[in-house]
Amino acid sequence: MNIYRVGWLAKLLALITMGFLMLPLAAVIPVSFTGKRYLSMPEGDWSLRHYIALFNSSEWIGSIMNSAIVAISAALLATLLSTAFVIAVWYRNNQWTRWLIGLCMLPLIVPPVVSAMVLYFMTTNVSHIAPSLGYDSLPGVILAHTLLIVPFGVINMLVAISRVDRRIELAARNLGAGLWQTTWMVLLPNLRLSMLTTFLLCFILSWEEIAVTLFITSWEVITLPRQIWSGLRDNVDPVVAAISTLLIILTLTLLFLRMAIQGWRAGQQHP
Amino acid sequence: MITRLPERWQYRLLLWPLPVLLLLCYVVPFAGIVTWSVTLPELGVDNYARLANDPSIHAVLWRTLYLCTIVGVCALLLAFLMAYCWLYSSSRWQRWVELCIFLPFFISVLVRTFGWLVALRNNGLVNSWLQELGLIDSPLALTRNTLGVIIAMVHFMVPFAFFPLLSSMRQIDDRVLLAARGLGASRLRVFISIFLPQTLPGLLGAFIMVFVFCLGFFIIPAILGGGSTLMAAEYVFLQMFQTYNWGIGAALCVLMLVLVSGLVWLLMRFSRVERLVG
Repeated sequence: MNIYRVGWLAKLLALITMGFLMLPLAAVIPVSFTGKRYLSMPEGDWSLRHYIALFNSSEWIGSIMNSAIVAISAALLATLLSTAFVIAVWYRNNQWTRWLIGLCMLPLIVPPVVSAMVLYFMTTNVSHIAPSLGYDSLPGVILAHTLLIVPFGVINMLVAISRVDRRIELAARNLGAGLWQTTWMVLLPNLRLSMLTTFLLCFILSWEEIAVTLFITSWEVITLPRQIWSGLRDNVDPVVAAISTLLIILTLTLLFLRMAIQGWRAGQQHP
Repeated sequence: MITRLPERWQYRLLLWPLPVLLLLCYVVPFAGIVTWSVTLPELGVDNYARLANDPSIHAVLWRTLYLCTIVGVCALLLAFLMAYCWLYSSSRWQRWVELCIFLPFFISVLVRTFGWLVALRNNGLVNSWLQELGLIDSPLALTRNTLGVIIAMVHFMVPFAFFPLLSSMRQIDDRVLLAARGLGASRLRVFISIFLPQTLPGLLGAFIMVFVFCLGFFIIPAILGGGSTLMAAEYVFLQMFQTYNWGIGAALCVLMLVLVSGLVWLLMRFSRVERLVG
């Protein structure tokens, strides 16, 4: 079909690049099964001791629980906020709303370390008023993560809503539906699956956020990436290899789930 | 209850929560950072004077720009190759390319950095392969130095360069390439004179994007650099939490944001952002 074909040299180079992209992930997996106490390749002494250590450690399990709470809450908040915003923009798109979209993209464009400083400032100031909502608290981390991942939610929902047929709004309005009814009964049912994929994307992004979390937590709220960070900074603990392997498997699963949802939706739209 | 409100208010209730939240919790605190940069440790522009004069900060800034440029160019080359192969290959190839781009993209930067730490160690995968192939006698030093940081950062940036490049390549009309071939141009000639010039806006856009992302990076240099590769972002981190010199950290943040704003402005001028995203 393509009139233009890739030469063998380009294909060979692309294969090497693909190897390069997969190399660090492939390197982690065997190391996690080593029987030794330190980081090494297993030489016949395959064992699950580091996985057992992982599941018996209250620090690691606690950090996983924290990350789950933060990621679910932040992804939920980000999905709801970006959906409401994108629906409003869809109803009336003008110069004003384009500026607001630009505002929502800020956390994506601003370098992570600057975001980290900004959110550090925000959480420490909130702490002066309400210590349980600010620096080094779960709600503080959830709020910070929400702000960080919201641009991805807005992009995802903007793409999704651009596929909705504008005439359904007209039809609903003609039949006498108000703005609220149109949104709730007509538009949202059309966006359900996109909201789910947005939630998954936001979940992954919050789940693995580290740069900002390092700035706004100290020792009360240890998320999983923060725990890995400490495991990497001092003597490298092989438990890090075990949790990394599990994370790779989890990401693969979520990725396939997302692809399946999208495939299913594509099948629904073009039967 | 909400249905009783006038429609104007219902609309505002949909539109405003997110922008207001961002204004209060993101834009206003940024003003606080600017205040820090001119009031800590004392009122005045001392911090900015230090940024302009201190040779150790200059070294950090130059190293940051230099590393970001190298990483940008390398990531662009690899992403270009991948996007090119995706565009002109069978769907089976396309699926493999997608997997190799998406899987690392969604995996935590910490896991990937750890992966490179394992792969590049003295007795790691890369060194043992090279030794078995007889290419080297003693292991190469690949971690705790600049080379390791560059390798891991390029790896991190390839997916970010891939998407904008691909979307600019997809806008190229195949028939133009066909016409050039029909008029007798060799394949290399078609690539250089027809294909490459049309991807230039995409290349520029992708380069700026990767460059901007690299600027704010400190996880990879902190873990793989072993202190030898201090970049601007890690410098800010150290100022905040080890030397407690908040003023200079804040000033450096303001400088970085100014630089990024300039680059983003360039990006908007040269290529339409919607095209890069969509």
